[in-house]
Amino acid sequence: MSLPDTISMIEIRNIQKSFGDRTVIENVSAVMKPGQCNLIIGTSGSGKTVLMKCMVGLFHPDEGEVLYDGKDFTNMKSDEKTEVRKEIGMLFQGSALFDSLTVEQNVMFPLDMFTKQSYRKKLERVNEVLEKVNLSDTNKKFPAEISGGMKKRVGIARAIVLNPKYLFCDEPNSGLDPQTSMVIDKLIRDITKEYKITTVVNTHDMNSVMENGDYIIYMYDGRKEWEGNRKEIIFSKNERLNHFIFASEFLQDAKDMRMLEETGKIANERNMEELTDRSAPTLVPPPDEE
Amino acid sequence: MYWKEFIHQCSDIGIGSLGIVVVISVFMGAVSTVQTAYQLVSPLIPKSSIAQIVRDTVILEFAPTLICIVLAGVVGSKIASELGNMRVSEQIDALEIMGINTRAYLIMPKILAALLVIPMLVIIATVLGILGGRLAGSMANIISTNTFDKGLLEGFLPYNVIFALAKAYTFAFLISSVPAYFGYYVQGGSLEIGRASTRAVVTSCILILFADYILAALLL
Repeated sequence: MSLPDTISMIEIRNIQKSFGDRTVIENVSAVMKPGQCNLIIGTSGSGKTVLMKCMVGLFHPDEGEVLYDGKDFTNMKSDEKTEVRKEIGMLFQGSALFDSLTVEQNVMFPLDMFTKQSYRKKLERVNEVLEKVNLSDTNKKFPAEISGGMKKRVGIARAIVLNPKYLFCDEPNSGLDPQTSMVIDKLIRDITKEYKITTVVNTHDMNSVMENGDYIIYMYDGRKEWEGNRKEIIFSKNERLNHFIFASEFLQDAKDMRMLEETGKIANERNMEELTDRSAPTLVPPPDEE
Repeated sequence: MYWKEFIHQCSDIGIGSLGIVVVISVFMGAVSTVQTAYQLVSPLIPKSSIAQIVRDTVILEFAPTLICIVLAGVVGSKIASELGNMRVSEQIDALEIMGINTRAYLIMPKILAALLVIPMLVIIATVLGILGGRLAGSMANIISTNTFDKGLLEGFLPYNVIFALAKAYTFAFLISSVPAYFGYYVQGGSLEIGRASTRAVVTSCILILFADYILAALLL
């Protein structure tokens, strides 16, 4: 399996999608950064999953275009769409593994469908990607026999087995503990860089935002409210975005400390004494005092 | 892969339903013989008539219709819940993302497998039903096996078998396509899968009975 020669681009133009009377996506445009991690963030119900489903063709937008390498995917003929879809890998929120197939068969499935390789070659490739996601000894297990984090990793392995140009991940951290979430984030980041994939991730996990956010779109009520990267998001003055990102006291403190370090002042005029009185936010519990 | 899926479905529908088909068929034939004998009390009617009635009832109605109604429950609910679960857990979306025509990959093999296997099950049910009737007749001393065999050959119309197969093919299509529709388009969660499965079985049964009447009116 060879890596894609060029890094591929995804562009969305004026996407609009309604269900009945309710407009879920309203005039959203964006250019995803090629070969990097692009994040769509927002509260539940803000339209990020619908936007992603419009991008991959599971929903047909009422208006607007989705372009892959400059080609209008939305209005393509079905056989042309199929060709583009072969270059797309997707990790679903619930992993969407086929229950009746083993881990090995799940990952081999796209190879069975789209290649004429020998079983030995396919198995080699399956083992290679399973090793990449640190699941070398689960080949014969069924999805029901593995944990949620492992399912996500199998989902990633299946998504990348055909060396796609584009990787879509719908809430890859949902239902996972913070440690496993970080493993999945790192895996997505590493795969994006190594395979030169243009990755689009739907998330509301702040760790993912800070770790993987090369380009971030913040969705609010079906509209693109803000765009930028993980550095810019810290200093954003967008009130809605700040409400979303720094919803917890812990993250607000972290932001203030960061701003204090970088600019010498705090943006939201909170009492500096109050902030400095509290110990710096940390995830590591303090060692026992003797 | 499509061929593999077709073979898998043939095995699932055929082998998976064989047990219940065998049990129902044997008892259906046995009960037919006993009840027909109970009603034919006149000494003017030869005992071989029991075999004729059992044969025609089994071929024309019991084997195709009764077995297919049972299969609508067994196979139909399985198809609807399998596809419903795949829809709800985004497995169908995953296939579509891969560029696979999910209707062709998931539904077509089921319909083709049903069209191949269900008529076979109906033929097996017909044979076993008649054998069950023969066995019950001799065990209950209602009719000897010789008389039963003689009756089976009297006035046999091969067209009845063609009619039974026509019914079997029609019902096979209904048993597979109706639940596939309900399962494929399910929306919601596990509760909706259950509802879709029930609706699929009820609708299939009603359509089978409706088609049964239409075919009888047209072909007999």
